[in-house]
Amino acid sequence: MAAPSARELARAVNVRERSAGELAEEALARVAERDGAVGAFLWSSPENVREHARRVDARVAAGESLPLAGVPLAVKDNMCLSGTPTTCASKILAGWVAPYTATAVQRLLDAGAVPLGKTNLDEFAMGSSCENSALGVTRNPWDLGRVPGGSSGGSAAAVASGQTLVGLGSDTGGSIREPAAFCGVVGFKPSYGRVSRYGLIAFASSLDQIGPFATNVADAALLYELMAGKDPRDSTSVDRPVESALAELPEDLRGVRVGIVREFDLAKLEPDVRAVYERAYRDLEHLGAELVEVALPSAEHGVATYYLIAPAECSSNLARFDGMRYGLRVEAADVGATYEATRAAGFGDEVKRRILIGTHALSSGYYDAYYVRAQKARTLIAADFAKAFERCDLIANPAASSPAFAFNAKADPVSMYLMDYYTIPMSLAGLPSLSVPCGYVQPAEAAGPLPLGLELTAPLFAERGLLAAAHAYERGTQRAREHAPPPLPAAVPGGRA
Amino acid sequence: MASGDIDVAYVAKLARLALEPAEIERFGAQLGALLEYVKALEALPVADVAATAQVIPSANVMRDDVAEPSLPRDAVLAAAPQREGAYFRVPRIIAEEA
Repeated sequence: MAAPSARELARAVNVRERSAGELAEEALARVAERDGAVGAFLWSSPENVREHARRVDARVAAGESLPLAGVPLAVKDNMCLSGTPTTCASKILAGWVAPYTATAVQRLLDAGAVPLGKTNLDEFAMGSSCENSALGVTRNPWDLGRVPGGSSGGSAAAVASGQTLVGLGSDTGGSIREPAAFCGVVGFKPSYGRVSRYGLIAFASSLDQIGPFATNVADAALLYELMAGKDPRDSTSVDRPVESALAELPEDLRGVRVGIVREFDLAKLEPDVRAVYERAYRDLEHLGAELVEVALPSAEHGVATYYLIAPAECSSNLARFDGMRYGLRVEAADVGATYEATRAAGFGDEVKRRILIGTHALSSGYYDAYYVRAQKARTLIAADFAKAFERCDLIANPAASSPAFAFNAKADPVSMYLMDYYTIPMSLAGLPSLSVPCGYVQPAEAAGPLPLGLELTAPLFAERGLLAAAHAYERGTQRAREHAPPPLPAAVPGGRA
Repeated sequence: MASGDIDVAYVAKLARLALEPAEIERFGAQLGALLEYVKALEALPVADVAATAQVIPSANVMRDDVAEPSLPRDAVLAAAPQREGAYFRVPRIIAEEA
């Protein structure tokens, strides 16, 4: 029986009702029982988990009170944890052992979290389904024939399948919020700059941000508040106070103005999906929020803007993978041929596509037409949000246009890119944004009910109000509790790549 | 060249990626479709708009110049594809004199 929250687990460890060691054994047993079917983890070592748990128990025995005492934590495998493999789900980093720990991870370890393992992702966090992982298949716990979303699909699926209560993801264009929606959990991308990226292997540096997955908003808020804050090792991390949402969680949404985006027309969605979001908007109103229509006229250009800016930055960031100092090396006739052969063998198709489009967009003769134009479009998108937030405190919209889709359903890259239609504009503007479960649909071809997520977005650095409102919505509707994922088989035949 | 075109073989050379002929063809079609999609940006009125590189107002961020321990050398070198003593071993970069 899973505990209700990470905060409750930590409390029990701090008062010595439970021990980190016991929680670790229970978590390891859940991974052994459930991950054969789900495939959330790329790496999990019982000895490593027990060692971390022992350290936490020693600290508690010495009198420390830790906000995450003994709480098992899933870590997306693009974040470094010293002494353990960090692969980015790529053949080019397979077997690489990180010699240092990411700041965000370290802050949670300092708070008593026990890293349960490293979770699957689309290679280098490039994708919306986890299907671009070179190292494993992750299945959606609600329907094993469907994707968990991506790129942080492993952490989302680990939480959704009850293997752990909390996990870490990274979000560049929706990589926390879309898998959270697909898996029926809370996923939160803080403002750009809130959480240090030191030790997060870079994809698109002007967009990447680390954030939590949890079964409830308050746990997500706790992880965020522990991770956030200036880090001298990441010059883009901002030095401003982190106001706690947990200090005063509201029970309703009275006094909150929620913007409904005119351009995000629910009529474009399938009728059953549309009905869930119409109900979500009504729920916001019933809880006391005032709904106001706002316009984001440039948001429809978000996907096009993103698929120039993010690949441009990726082509630059991934230049470091050249087979010289770490990772794969494929020897060839000379050093240039070695670079080319190493990168050809080490990167998967989606990473190659993004490196190519990014290199093209930055190349002489195309730079102004593609990259600079996209940066200007980004200005327009951010300005739209600034104007909208003159009239509202939050913006509410679907986190994705559909529930989780079946494997191989989005073979055409542009159709996959459009899965991030509702999450990319917020990323381009750097805004704090989360997905909270808001209901279920049951398409005829699905194995059972499939969750949907409501995306809530706030102005830059307004995390406290965002988390407070999301908590009030969660508390007032309890939508996640309408269904539970089905029991899992011991394994899926041929399920692991 | 129309904006929907991309010379994949040339770009792959710039990006240090060896590609098979079949990949050049496949990626060319897929990236051509993406470039068609991003053409929509041409309709945006951006002539007088400043470019945004990132969204947080920040200038050069300085820190105190304090010496700190670097990463443990052996742990770093343990990850090298090839090492020789305390060094990374890499392919020859400068040609021998004729």
